Amino acid sequence: MENKVHNNLVVAPSPHMLSPVGTTQIMRDVLIALAPALVVAVYVFGYRALTLTAVCIAGCVFFEFLYNKIAKKEQTIGDLSAVVTGVLIAYNLPSNLPYWMAIIGCFVAIIIVKQLFGGLGRNFANPAITARIVLFLSFTTQMTTWPLPRNQVTVDAVTGPTPLGILKEGGGELPSNLDLFLGFIGGSMGEISALALLIGGVYLVWRKVISPITPLCFIGTVAVFAALVGQDPVFHVLAGGVMLGAIFMATDYATTPISPMGKVIFGVGCGVITMLIRVYGSYSEGVSFSILLMNILTPLINNLCLKRKYGGGKKHE
Amino acid sequence: MSQRKHLHSIHVDHNKHTPNCATEVMPIPDFVRISMSQHIGAPCTPVVKKGDYVKVGQLLGDSDAFVSAPIYSGVSGTVTGIETDRSGNGGSEKVVVIETDKKQEISESIAVPSPKDHKEFVEQVRRSGAVGLGGAAFPTHVKFAPSNLDEVDTLIINGAECEPFITSDHRTMLEDTQDVIDGLVLTAKFLGVKKTYIGIENNKPDAIEKFRTMLSEQKIDNVEVVELRSRYPQGAERVMIYEVTGRVMDAGVLPAQLGVILSNVTTTAFLGQFFRTGMPLINKRITVDGSAVATPKNVLVPIGTKISDVIEFCGGYKEEPKKLIMGGPMMGRAIYSDQMSIVKNNNAILAFGEKEAFLPQETACINCGRCHFACPFELMPTEYYDAYKRRDAKKLEELKVNQCMECGSCSYVCPARRPLSFVNKLSKAYLKEVADSGK
Repeated sequence: MENKVHNNLVVAPSPHMLSPVGTTQIMRDVLIALAPALVVAVYVFGYRALTLTAVCIAGCVFFEFLYNKIAKKEQTIGDLSAVVTGVLIAYNLPSNLPYWMAIIGCFVAIIIVKQLFGGLGRNFANPAITARIVLFLSFTTQMTTWPLPRNQVTVDAVTGPTPLGILKEGGGELPSNLDLFLGFIGGSMGEISALALLIGGVYLVWRKVISPITPLCFIGTVAVFAALVGQDPVFHVLAGGVMLGAIFMATDYATTPISPMGKVIFGVGCGVITMLIRVYGSYSEGVSFSILLMNILTPLINNLCLKRKYGGGKKHE
Repeated sequence: MSQRKHLHSIHVDHNKHTPNCATEVMPIPDFVRISMSQHIGAPCTPVVKKGDYVKVGQLLGDSDAFVSAPIYSGVSGTVTGIETDRSGNGGSEKVVVIETDKKQEISESIAVPSPKDHKEFVEQVRRSGAVGLGGAAFPTHVKFAPSNLDEVDTLIINGAECEPFITSDHRTMLEDTQDVIDGLVLTAKFLGVKKTYIGIENNKPDAIEKFRTMLSEQKIDNVEVVELRSRYPQGAERVMIYEVTGRVMDAGVLPAQLGVILSNVTTTAFLGQFFRTGMPLINKRITVDGSAVATPKNVLVPIGTKISDVIEFCGGYKEEPKKLIMGGPMMGRAIYSDQMSIVKNNNAILAFGEKEAFLPQETACINCGRCHFACPFELMPTEYYDAYKRRDAKKLEELKVNQCMECGSCSYVCPARRPLSFVNKLSKAYLKEVADSGK
């Protein structure tokens, strides 16, 4: 290569070095963080939890593929975001839900909530949460028929209420806080084990994929609110979808605030709305509604919390 | 520094492969091509013509404009022509081509300057040809003559060198420590400042130590060495001023308006040499590195040396080069040819092979906010991206895109590989265009 003139080199704007962290890697980290909860779900509810998850993933990826094809857009299934949505939808369903209903959920999440608003990063509401709410309002019976965990299944009972359902309407004995923590309770397949979800949350914080602010504010607010109205804070934190919602849904990039202060407002808001519904509302669970409502407020919160030191902004030392 | 909150910054792999490579002096090449526009401001007009014999340190070009700096020859030899080349920014520039005779005869015009006051000092700094050697190439004498000189109380010597790969400032601090001290003492004296800081990132502990030792040995007690975090973009003017003094410098404001003058460590070392020997700026220490370079080195080269000659001195290419960068990988400029020449503000030449020269595929923004948290000035690059697409000048103005200094941090961290920094640059140009058209 000596004495050769090189004069057709690549010319591109700086920087000429990029961070190793790309979108696909972020999505892969989220999937890794979601894995422990799937292990618990399969152990507690059996293989149906696994096949339901597979159906939801396939459904989401298929709808994403289809939409891109029809709209003649660049194919985006490789970024794994549809896979994440699929897993999150499955985690928000009872493990015995008919597959076709789950596929309707996938359609709502990917086509209506995500792609019609411009695709990845452009949606204002969390696709999985919205899908859950649509299914819940459309198929209330199936969406609230909860399979019993393996250690509570008897000859004549395979379904039963969730701990929050028992608290609201009676009809059984409340599980111990240890069972709640480990996941031996009825409920949506991915929300039952606080332990598994916490492991995933710690992993995501360690990998700098999410900020711990939102989950801590969400969970903390639920605990404080419960204590103030004279109920067991630990029970309220571990039961229902608080862990799943706080760690995996209230930290979604597109639909939650960017600034630290915004994250605090978002987390506290979610906690308050969740507890208002649980304590004073007619539903036993309020996590999905709280996140959806706060999603809608996110653009306002973002505007409110914009701060800037340079360019005529706030000056401080 | 005390409890002051740091500006946002990012971690970039340092890739500093050459901090222990002592500077090698490159042999004089057969030809040099010396550009007449090596600084911000008016280009120089050649004062030599074809056939002239020139010596080392002889004036080649100058300008009547205030914002300009004269250009000198670093070689002795015969001018074979004054040519017009395409410059790196797309315009054209005059180039003096000299065939060297390798005798390196010194010009008779060299005289050791002995300024008596600020005015003479500034005149001599102009005569030296000094420009901001950190990369900006702003004529130093202009910087040293602010309209509010009496309000300037602080001098900061910038030895951060936050760009990956580059170690030339580091080597200057280790090899020319006394020149830096001489330069800063003189500058501080003539500018009448009370306090001088030398800001160095903590990944160069040997340089920090050496300065502290020598300053205390020489009983210079109004100079403080500030150990800075090794974060990008620590060495950017506005970041440096904030991290050292806590003063917030907006875009479009001069450091002097905040009572600060900031000068690069290599510029300062050069001034130290100039006021000792009278030899103007004729050569430059550069780091040659990158995956396509056989032996990464620090080299002292005459200004005007062809890049291909410099690479050859470093063992040539070990793989087919795909990208050549003048400067560092974060803010340096990619050039199309290795036939271009070294200019005053070059501090590195990086040659990247196939793998590092890749052009990333841009994907959808996922709204993760990484760009916002990477930006030292907490700007909103994704918003600029959308606003620029719509050519929404009002929005761009509102969101202060003009505060952007194009450090590249946002593009670096973007997981969707969006060219955010570049779009900021385009947005600023668009705003200027709108303002100029009087809309």
